[in-house]
Amino acid sequence: MASSHGAPPVFNNKVIAWIDHRLPIFSYIEKEYHTFPTPRNFNYFWNFGAIATVMLLLMIVTGIVLATNYTPHATMAFDSVERIMRDVPSGWLIRYMHMTGASFFFIGVYIHIFRGLYYGSYKAPRELLWILGVLILLLMMATAFMGYVLPWGQMSFWGATVITNLFSAIPVVGDSIVTWLWGGFSVDNPTLNRFFALHYLLPFIIVAVVALHVVALHVHGSNNPLGIDPKGPQDTVPFHPYYTMKDGFGVICFMIVYAAFVFFAPNFLGDVANYVPADPLVTPTHIVPEWYFLPFYAILRAIPDKLGGVIAMFGAIAVLFVLPWLDTSRVRSCTFRPIYKWFVLVLVVVLFLLGWCGANPPEGFFVPLSRICTAYYFFHFLILLPVLGKIERPLPLPPSIADAVLKKKAG
Amino acid sequence: MVASGAMAAVGAIATAWPFINNLNPAADTLALSTVEVNVKAIAVGQAITVKWRGKPVFIRHRTPEEIKEAEQVKLADLPDPETDNARVVDTAKKVRPEWLIVIGVCTHLGCVPLGTKQGDPRGDYNGWFCPCHGSQYDTSGRIRKGPAPKNLAVPEYLFTSDTLVKIG
Ligand code: HEM
Ligand code: FES
Repeated sequence: MASSHGAPPVFNNKVIAWIDHRLPIFSYIEKEYHTFPTPRNFNYFWNFGAIATVMLLLMIVTGIVLATNYTPHATMAFDSVERIMRDVPSGWLIRYMHMTGASFFFIGVYIHIFRGLYYGSYKAPRELLWILGVLILLLMMATAFMGYVLPWGQMSFWGATVITNLFSAIPVVGDSIVTWLWGGFSVDNPTLNRFFALHYLLPFIIVAVVALHVVALHVHGSNNPLGIDPKGPQDTVPFHPYYTMKDGFGVICFMIVYAAFVFFAPNFLGDVANYVPADPLVTPTHIVPEWYFLPFYAILRAIPDKLGGVIAMFGAIAVLFVLPWLDTSRVRSCTFRPIYKWFVLVLVVVLFLLGWCGANPPEGFFVPLSRICTAYYFFHFLILLPVLGKIERPLPLPPSIADAVLKKKAG
Repeated sequence: MVASGAMAAVGAIATAWPFINNLNPAADTLALSTVEVNVKAIAVGQAITVKWRGKPVFIRHRTPEEIKEAEQVKLADLPDPETDNARVVDTAKKVRPEWLIVIGVCTHLGCVPLGTKQGDPRGDYNGWFCPCHGSQYDTSGRIRKGPAPKNLAVPEYLFTSDTLVKIG
């Protein structure tokens, strides 16, 4: 087997050549994952796409194994999860992998999104690639929300109640929509059944959208820390072995941290109230969603009006869809945007503050803090980005990736 | 062309409907719709929670002060204006101010407000307090403060005798 840039591969193995002539999967793999020209200057932020893919597959495998012992019924779900934890061989491990895996999937994806924000990966010609990414985030959120309902603990039940009730804010038809979502007059067995069916389905839809995401990626190739396009072979390296090895290394490092949590602190990121069986007559004193939803939950509560809060919460994700058109700067990477660079970091701080507000009861100083941060979040996307792109003076861009990399090497 | 396109659209919608409708409450869920409660044991000033359609219903035996407080509020002060009398009447149109029966589901996002059990916080208006996002209800179960937009709902109920009430 041999190939060089552009030329179709030649397979020496007869069987592979026979198959490839009829169904060119080997040519595809060769082109997209071996010779694929990839910018030579990736930093470790570029590992998180591969990490997210591995986590998605891990969630599907552990999930299917859990489903073989799980019972989706309001009177049996909680006990079936406890049985998985105590009686089913290795059940505790599979469940902790799935539970902690959801958190680490979000950690990976949030870092992946930050990478896109900082290095301007959402800009032309990668707008659709970015939009597909936001869609994946939404699907992940729906999947994780429904998965969290399955163990039927107190947080499962009340989280489901609060979130499905968001739809009752819709004028006129809101209440009918909520009844329809529940399949009854409250969150109950029909709700649990349908959430299980959808929780099983959505991850496979995510796989399909990830496939489109990767197809879109491979049309124009990856962005890179400098945000400038590769101008020729001197700016790129073949994907394999350079980035297969680097991605493998990144995945292993990530997995070490993940495994440490699975084995030593599996409940650190969760809420103890979910080890109490669901009780429709008693709301826990303090309802909090899983950590990955906290900033959005804080935005929901920051607005003192029901419909307004719901609009703000969904709006916080919706602005991400139009981000490519809100940013008016022609320079992609923050490396060359001396002002915006700091504002991206401020946004990250604001998101952490919002998460902190979301984790605490809406009282005292958390009320004004969550309002200020919510206002800042929207200010960032709707005002700062369009205006700054026009007035900021970017630093001079290097002539090429190779040029910048070699100059840095030389000191 | 246009006609066959329109037919196809009608067909697609007609086919989609059973799938959408399938998610609506089933007949047996709808059938679970009444409970009968004996209220004799509830002393003045006390309240209990019963389960109806999977939801909590609060039954409060109000004190004369609570009734007075509820009746004296000016409608203009209420986010969701409703007189107290309109909230304590059964399906036979009989007003019983001493019995307040409301669905114990916060009209914000559906938590169960505190205030039914002895010792619970009852908020600034002496009714119920929702721990989730801080909505406060008065002695008539009407929303007074916080993000909830509406009063606690009053279910249909009928006193079949002075001590027996049928909810639903
Ligand atoms: C995008 C991928 C997925 C995410 C983010 C996800 C997330 C979650 C979360 C957060 C929980 C609650 C864990 C707990 O607190 O106990 C859960 C439970 C569960 N998930 Fe998933 N899941 C995914 C894929 C799957 C798949 C493909 C299946 C296959 C059927 C599955 C089956 C289950 C089952 C049976 C439970 C209940 C048992 C338990 O609570 O541990 N999941 N999921
Ligand atoms: S659910 Fe009661 S205040 Fe939000």
